[in-house]
Amino acid sequence: MTAAEPSIKSVRLRDEIEGSGINEVLEQLDRELIGLKPVKTRIREIASLLLVERVRQKLGLTGEVPTLHMSFTGNPGTGKTTVAMRMADILHRLGFVRRGQLISVTRDDLVGQYIGHTAPKTKEVLKRAMGGVLFIDEAYYLYRPENERDYGQEAIEILLQVMENQREDLVVILAGYAGRMETFFTSNPGFRSRIAHHIDFPDYGEDELAEIAQLMLQQQNYSFSPEAAKAFERYIALRRQQPLFSNARSIRNALDRARLRQANRLVADLDRALTAKDIMTLEPADILASRVFTQGTPDHGP
Amino acid sequence: MRITQGAFSFLPDLTDKQIQAQVQYCLDKGWAVNFEYTDDPHPRNVYWEMWGMPMFDLKDAKGAMMELAECRKQHGDVYIRLSAFDSSHGWESVRLSFIVNRPAHEHGFKLARSEKSGRRIGYTTTSYATREPEGQRYK
Repeated sequence: MTAAEPSIKSVRLRDEIEGSGINEVLEQLDRELIGLKPVKTRIREIASLLLVERVRQKLGLTGEVPTLHMSFTGNPGTGKTTVAMRMADILHRLGFVRRGQLISVTRDDLVGQYIGHTAPKTKEVLKRAMGGVLFIDEAYYLYRPENERDYGQEAIEILLQVMENQREDLVVILAGYAGRMETFFTSNPGFRSRIAHHIDFPDYGEDELAEIAQLMLQQQNYSFSPEAAKAFERYIALRRQQPLFSNARSIRNALDRARLRQANRLVADLDRALTAKDIMTLEPADILASRVFTQGTPDHGP
Repeated sequence: MRITQGAFSFLPDLTDKQIQAQVQYCLDKGWAVNFEYTDDPHPRNVYWEMWGMPMFDLKDAKGAMMELAECRKQHGDVYIRLSAFDSSHGWESVRLSFIVNRPAHEHGFKLARSEKSGRRIGYTTTSYATREPEGQRYK
């Protein structure tokens, strides 16, 4: 957008908000994501900033495209990808990206295996991400200080160039664990200065995890019996102490295994007349059979 | 002599902005866009070299425009055309094709008439460009 002669003299922010429909996205974010208070506040702030920026463009006060690249830091399973998806939607509705698709990649998609392989690979990904959001998960893997001939550096240089010169074409979101991202930014100062918004994702509390479990079950048409809900709370408390706990992702896996045990329990008694409620309900036995209670280790990995 | 092949060829050359709008139209229809180049302008020449792969998973025309810019960097002195392929069942063919780059000077065609028995005449067109070997035609 260029700073053309302003065609309008005044705008009402309410019309702008209603016209763009970002409130729906923000409300969806509030509804579907439990907890994450600081993240939601930051996203609302960014949305307001973008809204004002858009009005400024309409009034001809600015012609610059704002820097919108972001970094999401937080432990595994804290909702970084989900929020990135909503962010793409918000940016699209406010007109800062043209299409609003989210392309999620990791090091493997960007970095090649031999000389001359990296640039075409990175460009291929950038081509797909044009007009949308490029989400680089575990971005710190791009930079490997221990290997000076690592091709990651080449991908980083191409990315930096595009982040600087094609700001109106795509938005890059880097994601990863807080500590390692910090090291990554220290060794690549170019990235830090090109990123406008750093958002930190906190871990979930126990009650939040329980709420997440309820929501996940509800979406799949399952529910806990009251005793099972209690058992699951105990499960969360124990599981959180163990290594490789990855927040909502661990909860989802635990629920998947509980469903498996429930199915086994139902199949064990073939002659029983089942009601819809029987099939929908998870009983305490489905949860208490987990190895978390007996041996103090999760069933299968994280 | 300006050659006229594909769509829009009787119009002035499209600007990049217009090309981008056309590409976006193709992408919105779900067609895969690709670029080809050649230095043999004969209308019956079907052997255009492909520039990379057809772009099947683009969302935004800007991606194709980046590729066109790359292609022009290397083959800016010859003909480049865009074609959009529709893979949907029943079509499975090119739906739109137009020239997006031409040489600075187009050499034109020689028309050879051969007189045959019974006052019949056979016509053959040859591009003056093709007197030179491939790769040296538009230097």
